[in-house]
Amino acid sequence: MPILEVQHLYKNFGSTKVLKDISFTLERGKALAIIGSSGSGKTTLLRCLNFLETPNEGKIIVNGETLLDAADHAAKSDAQIRKNRLHFGMVFQSFNLFPQYTALENVMLAPLLQAKERPDYKQKKREIHEQIEHRAIELLEMMSLEGRMSHYPHQLSGGQQQRVAIARALALKPDILCFDEPTSALDPELTGEVLRVIRSLADQHTTMIIVTHEMAFARDVADHVVFMDGGTIVEEGTPTEVFENTHNERTKAFLSRFSQNS
Amino acid sequence: MFANVTLSLMGGFVTTVQLFCLTLVFALPLGLLISFGSMSRITPLRALIKIIVWIVRGTPLMLQIIIIYYGPALVWGIKLPRFSAALLSFVINYACYFSEIFRGGIQGIPSGQYEAGQVLGMTKSQIFFKVTLLQVIKRVIPPMGNEFINLVKDTALARTIAVYEVLWAGEKFVKNPGIIWPLFYTAVFYLLFSGILTLLFGWIEKKMDYFK
Repeated sequence: MPILEVQHLYKNFGSTKVLKDISFTLERGKALAIIGSSGSGKTTLLRCLNFLETPNEGKIIVNGETLLDAADHAAKSDAQIRKNRLHFGMVFQSFNLFPQYTALENVMLAPLLQAKERPDYKQKKREIHEQIEHRAIELLEMMSLEGRMSHYPHQLSGGQQQRVAIARALALKPDILCFDEPTSALDPELTGEVLRVIRSLADQHTTMIIVTHEMAFARDVADHVVFMDGGTIVEEGTPTEVFENTHNERTKAFLSRFSQNS
Repeated sequence: MFANVTLSLMGGFVTTVQLFCLTLVFALPLGLLISFGSMSRITPLRALIKIIVWIVRGTPLMLQIIIIYYGPALVWGIKLPRFSAALLSFVINYACYFSEIFRGGIQGIPSGQYEAGQVLGMTKSQIFFKVTLLQVIKRVIPPMGNEFINLVKDTALARTIAVYEVLWAGEKFVKNPGIIWPLFYTAVFYLLFSGILTLLFGWIEKKMDYFK
């Protein structure tokens, strides 16, 4: 059974159709790269998966559980939406770290808030806090940020901030980690360190969806590539199929534009 | 004589400080409420708030004090105590200014902050208290400092309806025994007060300098 199944997703902003009949599946432990030019609907798709946007039509199924069925008009409660969101982690293009917290606090905040909802929180407060801190430190070490734990976001480089953001997303142990152009806001020399981290996550079989403009990276890391254009999936397949053996004219045009630019 | 004047001015200054403090106690929460109203999704409410803020910010505070003191007396025959009328005018006036500062502070938070909180499974109130509130406070501190210092000086307008505050205490000596320096002397009290506030706000700004 695939970990994620997206069925016939449509999203309109007013009269603009941003997503048109998007369907795909993702297997556990695989990395999916979504490529396509700006405005092709890639980011909107990720935002739908994270319930930051509500699709007009379609279904989102995780582990066989239908998290969203646009045809089911019964308004989902805030609590339900919050629970659904936890299946997904999200790493934003602009990091969106909380500026008033240190790197470590950024990673710990959400797990701590969640722990407070546990019935045994009051009795085991210290123990829970230590567990969460331990895990956060582990994650930041995994991101090679040992010496940066007590730094505030403004004291970190963009690449470091983005790695904190990845640790923060991982702290909640999402089923699927989504990256929305994680390196687009970074200087070229900082891109590498973030890509290295994502690559190591792929090596550890983290289930991921990566929206990216880094074609070489997508080709290298992804198990499956989706090419989107004009709100639809034009082509999908293995990196070899999409990058080397495509017969689709639109894919060819997009890829040649990219190789010219870079 | 000097000691006499000082004592008399200090008596008035107590009223000035009371006006200042009580205005803040009521105007700050009211301002926050008004700012929520001005950002409401309910169009008529938003429009109503806009009109009120426009009227309050668009007319002289001195006129508002006069209307609030004499208006109810003329229309309903209700006579508000002088101090209460002045306080009420200040609260309404400053709440409107504060509301615009709060609105700016709240709307200035990038939407990515809310979204980051949302995807981390936080509730709306957790996002407000744990993520955005401190950032809003940091943003509103400098303009608030300005308003606080304005308020120190605006309390002198209570004199219009004969509230016995420090300026009037000084003016009294002009009439009898006909000396003017006590009036000039009131400036020292205002300067001291606003000086303390300036230091206080400088300190708070510095305290919040640890994040950007």
